Amino acid sequence: MQTPPDALFRTLADPTRRALFERLCRDGEQTVGALTAQAGVSQPAVSKHLIVLRDAGLVRDRHEGRQTHYSAQPGALAPLIDWTRQMAGFWEARFDALEDLLKRMDQ
Amino acid sequence: MIQNIPGETKTVVVERDIAHPPEKLWRALTQPHLMEAWLMQNDFKPEIGHRFNLRGEWGGVLDCEVLTLEPNTSLSYSWNFKHEDPAYDLTSVVTFTLTPTATGTRLRMEQAGFRPDQKQAFGGAHAGWKAFLDKLDTLLAQQDVTKEA
Repeated sequence: MQTPPDALFRTLADPTRRALFERLCRDGEQTVGALTAQAGVSQPAVSKHLIVLRDAGLVRDRHEGRQTHYSAQPGALAPLIDWTRQMAGFWEARFDALEDLLKRMDQ
Repeated sequence: MIQNIPGETKTVVVERDIAHPPEKLWRALTQPHLMEAWLMQNDFKPEIGHRFNLRGEWGGVLDCEVLTLEPNTSLSYSWNFKHEDPAYDLTSVVTFTLTPTATGTRLRMEQAGFRPDQKQAFGGAHAGWKAFLDKLDTLLAQQDVTKEA
């Protein structure tokens, strides 16, 4: 099941929520405690944001003992992403790096 | 092999005029330490049939095989990413074509072979993250303006 784009936009419109999601994308699975340590808001607030992200399908929770671990589900963004444009963006960035390299190389 | 049936594959083409001769560009495309500097860590060898990996900064590993090789002119290799989530699983072929120009080289990259249900492409989802979120910010800012207007 896919979350409609407007719901995804609403979910990610909140900067704290977006930062949590971005961090999970970047660093992999994290506990609520670890996320709170860097979020700059209280643990209950972090938990609330994580539930909103979970309900939008953007993160998944996993319970282990008393800890809840969250991981990103970037696939949930599929409705927002035009992969051909994204892939083209990847290659444009690589070509920038290639040109930088060529400047540094000897003839 | 990739079946080239319209509607079943998609192609991404990126072209750029490079102010360097094809011979120099060829080195950057085929020497592992140079490839690492602009693309990814690798164990590439310029031999048809050579299997190698490209290792992305995000931890992903691409399975590749050299398919065609024509020095200073063209190079193609498979660019496959195995993933249990079909949204990431990817089978594709990347082809670089070098054409000499008055000022250097026209470099063309063509990547073909995505499945139609594939909404995302390998680390594009990761590599493109920052850019995506920045765009999202811009879009959201525009929406706010629209609402206020």
